Amino acid sequence: MKQILHIAYRELNSFFDSLTAYVLIVIFLGFSGFFTWIYGADVFFLGQASLDTFFTVAYWSLFIFIPALTMRSIAGELKAGTLELLLTKPVSDWQLILGKFLSTFFLIGIALTPTLFYYFTLWGIGPVDHSAIVLGYLGLLLMSMVYISIGLLTSCLFSNPIVASLTAMSIGIFFHIIFDVLAANFVGFTGSVFSFLSLSTHFESITRGVVDTKDLIYFFSISFFCLYSSKMILSNRNLQV
Amino acid sequence: MDIVVEHLTKRYGPQKAVDNVSFRVKGGEVLGFLGPNGAGKTTTMKAISCYINPDEGDVKVGGYSIKEHPEIIKKNIGYLPENNPLYQDMNIIDFLEFIAKIHGIPKYLIPERILDMVRICGLEGEKHKLISELSKGYQQRVGLAQALIHDPEILILDEPTTGLDPNQIVEIRELIKRIGKEKTVILSSHILAEVEATCDRILIINNGRIVVDGTAEDLRKQAAGNEILKLGIQGGDVNDIFENLLNLETVDSVDFIDIDKQLFEVQSLKEETSVKAIFDLCVQNNYYISELTPTEKKLEDIFRQLTLH
Repeated sequence: MKQILHIAYRELNSFFDSLTAYVLIVIFLGFSGFFTWIYGADVFFLGQASLDTFFTVAYWSLFIFIPALTMRSIAGELKAGTLELLLTKPVSDWQLILGKFLSTFFLIGIALTPTLFYYFTLWGIGPVDHSAIVLGYLGLLLMSMVYISIGLLTSCLFSNPIVASLTAMSIGIFFHIIFDVLAANFVGFTGSVFSFLSLSTHFESITRGVVDTKDLIYFFSISFFCLYSSKMILSNRNLQV
Repeated sequence: MDIVVEHLTKRYGPQKAVDNVSFRVKGGEVLGFLGPNGAGKTTTMKAISCYINPDEGDVKVGGYSIKEHPEIIKKNIGYLPENNPLYQDMNIIDFLEFIAKIHGIPKYLIPERILDMVRICGLEGEKHKLISELSKGYQQRVGLAQALIHDPEILILDEPTTGLDPNQIVEIRELIKRIGKEKTVILSSHILAEVEATCDRILIINNGRIVVDGTAEDLRKQAAGNEILKLGIQGGDVNDIFENLLNLETVDSVDFIDIDKQLFEVQSLKEETSVKAIFDLCVQNNYYISELTPTEKKLEDIFRQLTLH
């Protein structure tokens, strides 16, 4: 466990050292703040003390940001040769993958923390549905978990970061919208399969304030599948140089 | 800790990088691993340090197999990979602290270990610099420092002196020698002089197979053929001397090295020496010897001879 945290901490530091983290946080807060409070269907326009707009904006912006954060995680280490340095230290393949996963997850957590001010502000101006907001954040974290795992997997598959990032995004877009669209176009069993596969279905059901074990199983199983595959690829050392 | 490599085979596609290699390194030994580029040195070292899985065979370090207990082996090995990969965006102290933590060194010991490494590896003046700002020689020292920080029993160094200037090479060699007194060291190189200067034992590998296993002395003996002398004789006509030398019973062939200076290369017959006969010849004809040097076969030649086919 300690090894995982050491790796995650180092990685997180390098996000901050390379300015990636600052750029991410500034853009994320800028976007979400702008759409939540100033423009379009903002809080004042809706006239309700709800953060639905914020969750929609975050839902999309995290989808775009995460592949950019994960694209280098394994591919970059492999290219720089530092993967060899790490894996010849007392670090197992699982620890490395989980460390990488956690570092990005923590960074998303750090980016989301300042948005708690939105919540407190809202609390001050009207009656807030607390559980919906808490679950909204939970939904965002679960969604990030899935996309980080997908990003890690593509980073193991492709040594070129751009290719890794684009592939992660194209896999992500299936979960993000395509399965949803397909679900709307099919009826019966096929339709319900696509509907189950669609991430937005599960995300919406959580943000509505209902936590179903089905949703949790969905998020955790995709993440686990991707992390496990990444681990297997790493263990075989069949990495493309 | 002993290292035992048993029938190690590793393929990359259809090509065998290492082909059924077996050897043993005793605790406290400094082993030089030699071979031309692409001979399989790095692959073998990567297998010992648990980075790659061999297709066949096994490596045992201190009795533990790399397949079953890599975590124990990794704790006892300090590994400096080829090309010395480092986190370029970290500064030296942070980097060494990270490596120390990964090795599970107790927190209160970490600052002390880092300072020791900085001192041993001569990094005092640079310790707050980013690794990307360091020259190659200093980066190499950081690489050594990270390999040594947990005080491992075994040190595996893959081409530790490539890209260094002559002064740095000497310094790194001294360092390795000092470390080698207490630890088992495997060192790879394609520079013979380096291996000769630092290692107790030499292992030459070519096309994935071991061709020589022994000390530098053994290696010379094994490749040594007939006695070859560089001979200078004065006090007579060059051609007469040449004739006389050729007529000696033990001499196989004579060549001119320099006619004006009357220098010859005299090769004796197998397992014979011509020194006494040459001396007697000079006494009889009133010549005098201006030079007599036995020509040793250079290690480089032996190396070429062994690895060219």
